Amino acid sequence: MHSSDTKLLTPRILVVWGVLVLATVVSWYLGTDHGFSSKDGQSVATSIVLVVAFVKIRFIGSDFMELRHAPAGLRRAFDAWVVVVCLTLVGFYLGGQ
Amino acid sequence: MSTTIDERPAATAPPVVPDARTHVPGEIGIWVFILLDLATFAALFAAFLHDRGGDAELYAASQAKLSQDFGALNTLILLTSSLLVVAGVRGIRAGRLREARLALYGAVACALAFCVVKVFEWGGKFADDITPTTNGFWEYYFGLTGIHLFHLLIGLGVLTFMLRRTRKAQLTGADVANVETGASFWHMVDLIWIVIFPLLYLAH
Repeated sequence: MHSSDTKLLTPRILVVWGVLVLATVVSWYLGTDHGFSSKDGQSVATSIVLVVAFVKIRFIGSDFMELRHAPAGLRRAFDAWVVVVCLTLVGFYLGGQ
Repeated sequence: MSTTIDERPAATAPPVVPDARTHVPGEIGIWVFILLDLATFAALFAAFLHDRGGDAELYAASQAKLSQDFGALNTLILLTSSLLVVAGVRGIRAGRLREARLALYGAVACALAFCVVKVFEWGGKFADDITPTTNGFWEYYFGLTGIHLFHLLIGLGVLTFMLRRTRKAQLTGADVANVETGASFWHMVDLIWIVIFPLLYLAH
């Protein structure tokens, strides 16, 4: 393979970046009181925003940090952090409501 | 174009991509550091939510004084910086050093833009007599964003180091591993902010 054939940004990476930007804008919208004035509504919106953040992090890990191609142990350690911290934070958040 | 990567690594250097299925991005040491750092931040995040639950009204009233726009803008800036770092790493691997350099300069510009937004944001708070000692929320706000900013400034140094690699005449496998190590650190800076933004700015 000649090096000049390599795309610096693959379509997949660009789509991932686009999804991350879109998720940020939607979270920004949800987090600024749009249509969620009740306390329960706010709890749901915040929980969604927190879970979306960890989905974003999973993409950053797999595509930006290239963990898709990393050894299984490293991938699992990262995924474990994502799942454990996401559940812990949503739990602490809802527990404090 | 005078510069290319030696795709056959030197005898003492690790191969550039030993096996696409099992390639550790960067040195293994950086991943030990990243996972420990992420565990530390996770503890801080949990402590913030725990304390927030104990004084919800004060935390909500304080949070209302934050600009979500600044937080979101800095999120978009860091996501873009990460994309540029991906392009930089791929460019260095492919021996397209001029393009890699441009991408990394773009990432540096994003990092500086983040700092400018932060100066405006913090400056506004100090102008309103809000400091880390004002109350628990602001202690966490300045603490978490301050520790993150410290990481980002180290990341700026890392980006500069990566830029220097784009000026080497002949890159070895070890050079590419160094660049991947730096990129992994930079993505971690992005990743931490991805949690800080909803936690401090958006959680109601």
